[in-house]
Amino acid sequence: METIGIPRALAYYAYYPFWKTVMATLGRELVESGATTKAILDEGISEACTDLCVPIKIFFGHVAELKGRVDKIFVPRLVNVSQGDTFCPKFLGLPDMVRYGMKDLPPLFAPRVDLRKKVRGWVNLARMVADAFDSSIISVLQGLEKGKRVQAAYENLLLQGFTPKEAMEILETGQKGKVSDPGKEQVGTIALLGYPYSLYDDFLNGNLLSRLRALGVKVLTPEMVPEKVLYTKIRSLPKGLFWHFSNRVLGAGLYYLREVQIDGIVHVSNFACGPDAMVNKLLELEAKKHSCPFLTIGLDEHTGQAGIHTRLEAFVDMVRWRRQRACE
Amino acid sequence: MRITFPYMGHSHWVFRQLLSELGHEPIVPPRPTKRTLDYGTRYAPEFACIPFKVLLGSYLEAIELGAEAVVTTGGVGPCRAGYYAPLHQRILADLGYDLDFIVLEPPLRNLKDFYRQLRKLFPPRIGIGKLLGILSRAWVKLNAIDYLERLSHQIRPRELEPGRTTKVFEQCLELLGAATTVSEMKAAREEGRRLLAEIPVDREKELLKIGIIGEIYVVLEPFINHNVQILLEEMGVLADRSIYLADWVRGNALIPGEKDIKRAARPYLKELVGGHGLNSIGETVLYARRGFDGVVQLAPFACIPEIVAKSIIPAVSSILDIPVLTLFLDEQTGVAGIKTRLEAFVDLLWQKKRKGAGAQWKQVTLA
Ligand code: SF4
Ligand code: SF4
Repeated sequence: METIGIPRALAYYAYYPFWKTVMATLGRELVESGATTKAILDEGISEACTDLCVPIKIFFGHVAELKGRVDKIFVPRLVNVSQGDTFCPKFLGLPDMVRYGMKDLPPLFAPRVDLRKKVRGWVNLARMVADAFDSSIISVLQGLEKGKRVQAAYENLLLQGFTPKEAMEILETGQKGKVSDPGKEQVGTIALLGYPYSLYDDFLNGNLLSRLRALGVKVLTPEMVPEKVLYTKIRSLPKGLFWHFSNRVLGAGLYYLREVQIDGIVHVSNFACGPDAMVNKLLELEAKKHSCPFLTIGLDEHTGQAGIHTRLEAFVDMVRWRRQRACE
Repeated sequence: MRITFPYMGHSHWVFRQLLSELGHEPIVPPRPTKRTLDYGTRYAPEFACIPFKVLLGSYLEAIELGAEAVVTTGGVGPCRAGYYAPLHQRILADLGYDLDFIVLEPPLRNLKDFYRQLRKLFPPRIGIGKLLGILSRAWVKLNAIDYLERLSHQIRPRELEPGRTTKVFEQCLELLGAATTVSEMKAAREEGRRLLAEIPVDREKELLKIGIIGEIYVVLEPFINHNVQILLEEMGVLADRSIYLADWVRGNALIPGEKDIKRAARPYLKELVGGHGLNSIGETVLYARRGFDGVVQLAPFACIPEIVAKSIIPAVSSILDIPVLTLFLDEQTGVAGIKTRLEAFVDLLWQKKRKGAGAQWKQVTLA
């Protein structure tokens, strides 16, 4: 069976179940690269241009890891998925950057995903997939439909608070899982904001999410807010951002600040990320307006786990202290 | 109204004229200096691109001079520039300055809004004829500046007395700046041309040809690029710049042109990535075709479109056999570092040229 490698990076965390299903209905196997490791990161650093953000470097590392063990590598060009905004320009140029930046690659499967025009967008996508795999457009359309259903189930699980990894397991095994218990919400509730590939790549962020939970914090992420709600918040701004994942993060920040009792915000931002410079400042100003404690964790290739943990602990201490004082 | 505007290259001469003819008091921000940048760096996000920081700093300096409003352009992405204005405004508000921001979004996007914003700038009862007069005078001035600047770039690499062209060009700008009517501008332009033509030059001098590409702000603002173009010219390089003010207004505000650049880029980059990312690829291809010896790419540190371009350019460079030097610029960049890297690059190009390798660049067309 023809195998298609999918790098476990960037949009993987958002759309893997969808593509897995589509490929399966076409009789192809979607093979993931392993979880990020030091070796993958190092490989990415050596392959990619120095000034790129870490998530892209990690993506390059995952592509390299797949080299030689799959027939094709999946590097989608994500342009637009639903809300009229586009992806960060690095997503827009991703297949070109990989193609011209790396050597000895197997062929890329690089469909352009632009769903701004609903019907036409899906048909175009189906055509690209059909061309790439010599299948009939009808069977591809059926595959896409099935993929959408699985994707909806996946997003539903994320809404309930499962992490992508947990949700994928549940979909895979069919077993009902239980949302990791945040403890008895002893310390408080923190909105953990960041792109899926920053929040759920445990290697990159030094296990941030489980660390927070272990500290007795109830963690809320952008994935736990329905997209519709996120975007009502974005539309309430004089001008929304241009980038999909950034709007999700900003929208979640606004939502949690305005409509949920939270005790703090942790923004996980990436070194040399263009959009984050904007997102981070907007969140900071908004948090200030609501007198909500705000912490930025900047991720780069040298961020040590220890450093992140110390800062998290100090922040959680502060949150706890503020709460106690408020009760007195 | 006391209005300020983004400081970029020589454009302030035009803004100044435009705003005062519209009955406002233009507050021209001081030419950016280290102080401007310090201001900007202090209050802007760490990873904001350098143009964002310089502009923030220069708004703060303009506020010190009494500015009450800012007129600037918007944008629809996918790059950050379109979000400059809202964020600048919020940061300034957070510092306690409530400035009115008049943001001109591309008219094709939302004509009503464009008009509403524009209205704020116009005096209440202005005839369309008068208005057109004002706009056309600004346009004439803009083109005159570009014309003289282009000329200066032809002359500087051959000048016999180092620094002369730069001095004369400053003088030209003063002349043009003082001109207010079209006939005065034409006279100033002619006078400037004459002054430039009088500069003693070495006509026989053999020159390298280098194209300058990159993000518009750092290409047009000598303070950030440390006068790259002049540095190159003083090293005996005929430096061709891809962007001039008027081209930019024409290309971005009026007609979506630059088709040939996009076509040239297509084999390597198939998507618009905002800013000048696609242009940087396309222009590299075109410079190679035109037989240039090399290309210098100017990019703000962490600039999204330029880093996308930068990731692809090495391939373009080796396929088309045209060396490219990328300079990422941020607040730490010093002129010494730039100069050293330019000198090394120029040396390399001379070696390549003398070996004759440069003459046989191959033209490879990819499907
Ligand atoms: S959004 Fe930021 S982190 Fe993500 S790809 Fe773009 S620059 Fe990199
Ligand atoms: S093109 Fe580059 S410098 Fe200009 S706004 Fe975009 S990211 Fe910033």
